[in-house]
Amino acid sequence: MKTHCFRWLAGGLLGCAALFVPLAQAQLSIEITGAGTQRLPVAIADFGGERGFAQALTSVVRSDLERSGLFQLVDTTGKVLDENTAPNYAEWKSRGADALAVGSLAALPDGNYETRYRLHDTQKQVAIAGQALAHSSGQIRTTAHRIADSIYEKLTGERGIFSTRIAYVVKSAGRYELQIADADGNAPQAALASREPIISPAWSPDGGKLAYVSFEAKKPVVYVHDLATGRRHIAANFKGSNSAPAWSPDGKKLAVVLTKDGSSQLYLLNVDGSGVMRIASSSGIDTEPQFSPDGEFIYFTSDRGGSPQIYRQPVAGGAAQRITFEGNYSVTPRLSPDGKRMTFVTRDSGRFHVTVMDLASRQTQVLTDTAKDESPSFAPNGRMILFATEVGGRGVLAAVSTDGRVKQRLTVQAADVREPAWGPFSK
Amino acid sequence: MNTRLALSFSLVTLVTLFSLAGCGSQPAAPEQAGAGVEDRNPRAVSTTVPVSGSTSTDPYGLAALKDPKNPLSKRSIYFDYDSYVVKDEYKSLLDQHAKFLAKNSQMKMLIQGNADERGSREYNLALGQKRAEAVKKALLLMGGQEAQLESVSLGEEKPACMEQTEACWAQCRRGDMLYSGEF
Repeated sequence: MKTHCFRWLAGGLLGCAALFVPLAQAQLSIEITGAGTQRLPVAIADFGGERGFAQALTSVVRSDLERSGLFQLVDTTGKVLDENTAPNYAEWKSRGADALAVGSLAALPDGNYETRYRLHDTQKQVAIAGQALAHSSGQIRTTAHRIADSIYEKLTGERGIFSTRIAYVVKSAGRYELQIADADGNAPQAALASREPIISPAWSPDGGKLAYVSFEAKKPVVYVHDLATGRRHIAANFKGSNSAPAWSPDGKKLAVVLTKDGSSQLYLLNVDGSGVMRIASSSGIDTEPQFSPDGEFIYFTSDRGGSPQIYRQPVAGGAAQRITFEGNYSVTPRLSPDGKRMTFVTRDSGRFHVTVMDLASRQTQVLTDTAKDESPSFAPNGRMILFATEVGGRGVLAAVSTDGRVKQRLTVQAADVREPAWGPFSK
Repeated sequence: MNTRLALSFSLVTLVTLFSLAGCGSQPAAPEQAGAGVEDRNPRAVSTTVPVSGSTSTDPYGLAALKDPKNPLSKRSIYFDYDSYVVKDEYKSLLDQHAKFLAKNSQMKMLIQGNADERGSREYNLALGQKRAEAVKKALLLMGGQEAQLESVSLGEEKPACMEQTEACWAQCRRGDMLYSGEF
């Protein structure tokens, strides 16, 4: 029930309405500011069937694929196709499309709908994917995202992120909201509204919970918030500051930063707040812990060497190993889902940039030319990095592909957005 | 303090007066009653004792915390760039606060450290903590009790100013002392 509710939020199911604070007014808008070098030309024909729904569905599929920066949409005006007839492959090839998607949406006797689609390879002149999906009228967007995911996966070999969610904090007029929206910015809902700051949201591996730091008690306290029920509990409120929650890959533990023993140091505890255990020791500041996806290491920021740098320590025990050696400020380590890359923030001449490191070669690449980057977060397919930055004095989110080419900007009108966290794939 | 002492003397004297008057069969001589054995301070009996409001003159009373003429109303300690050492200019202020805490053992203090907005939020939270911790350590050295003190950080989250200038950043390098009732 919990998963069902979480997954079909777009449907606004009554059972879920109570979980969240009433619909946030401010919508996240996303624009492409840079596209990939070799965009795959694809034609998405207007879906047939129920006029209004079909148009809405087609529009979402097209937006998703365009926003990814990997596809060039080929014009399909005037063409009405359905998934049952074989398309004129030669014609579509001459229009420049390497792939063609066709589909339709039909009403079912029980009041629901069925959307069918086919994806064709115009070169091989064959259908390469197809699906029939039953859904309610409230699930048009969700179904469109699933189709876009399927097209994306078939054409790129990577899993699509169009059905995922992002969490972020919106600040406006002295009010803070922890919001969760679809990856396209649609349907934002506030999990928490507060007069005091909220930072460091972190998704549980199964996507059912968010850990975060709230200052509502006039000091930083770590909460764990169940998204389906809206209920939360305090995971860490020891004497001093409690912050930087990071989930273990099995979802059973949180690494946190506590100052209860003097300075900011790393601890591990059970999600319910019990069993606190210190995991590292230094005479400086240790913070921003992050588990590697295989659960073997905890990466973290430490200034034990004189300046903030990134280290990692085996979870099973052993000495910390320094990872970053360039420059005098490297912070906020975040591992890619395949564990092969790390994104982090470096400071150079007072400017803060999202940077990515290949862990095997230790080669790094600065990915942005904005100057106040923070909080990078990998998409669950590892292709894009979502982060916070400032443009024109305003807090915005941005996303960049790991090769630096595709760029997006995500803004909320009349508000500052910060602290993004990309949610996991739904199981 | 003097007025409290005076009040208690007067009360003791009055009680004594009534007791003396009650136990003998001789009529009391009111004019000499003030010279009872407990009365060591002839002024005590005749002193008018104001009731509440008198604590505004008590330099370590609760009202002192909000009295702009009292150093205890000053709650902020500012730090130099990249420094977590409490400067000498704040020592006497901290001494006053330590004394207040000693005389008001029921009061607790929350020390909130801050940092400017440049860089990672979590790292700045830790930098703010260092400032709060420095203030707490100074208070402990001056007689403050661990049980009355908690040092926490607000990092860059509650800036005193928004400009991206040296002057503004200097404002943010600060620890603030809050007392029970203020947090």
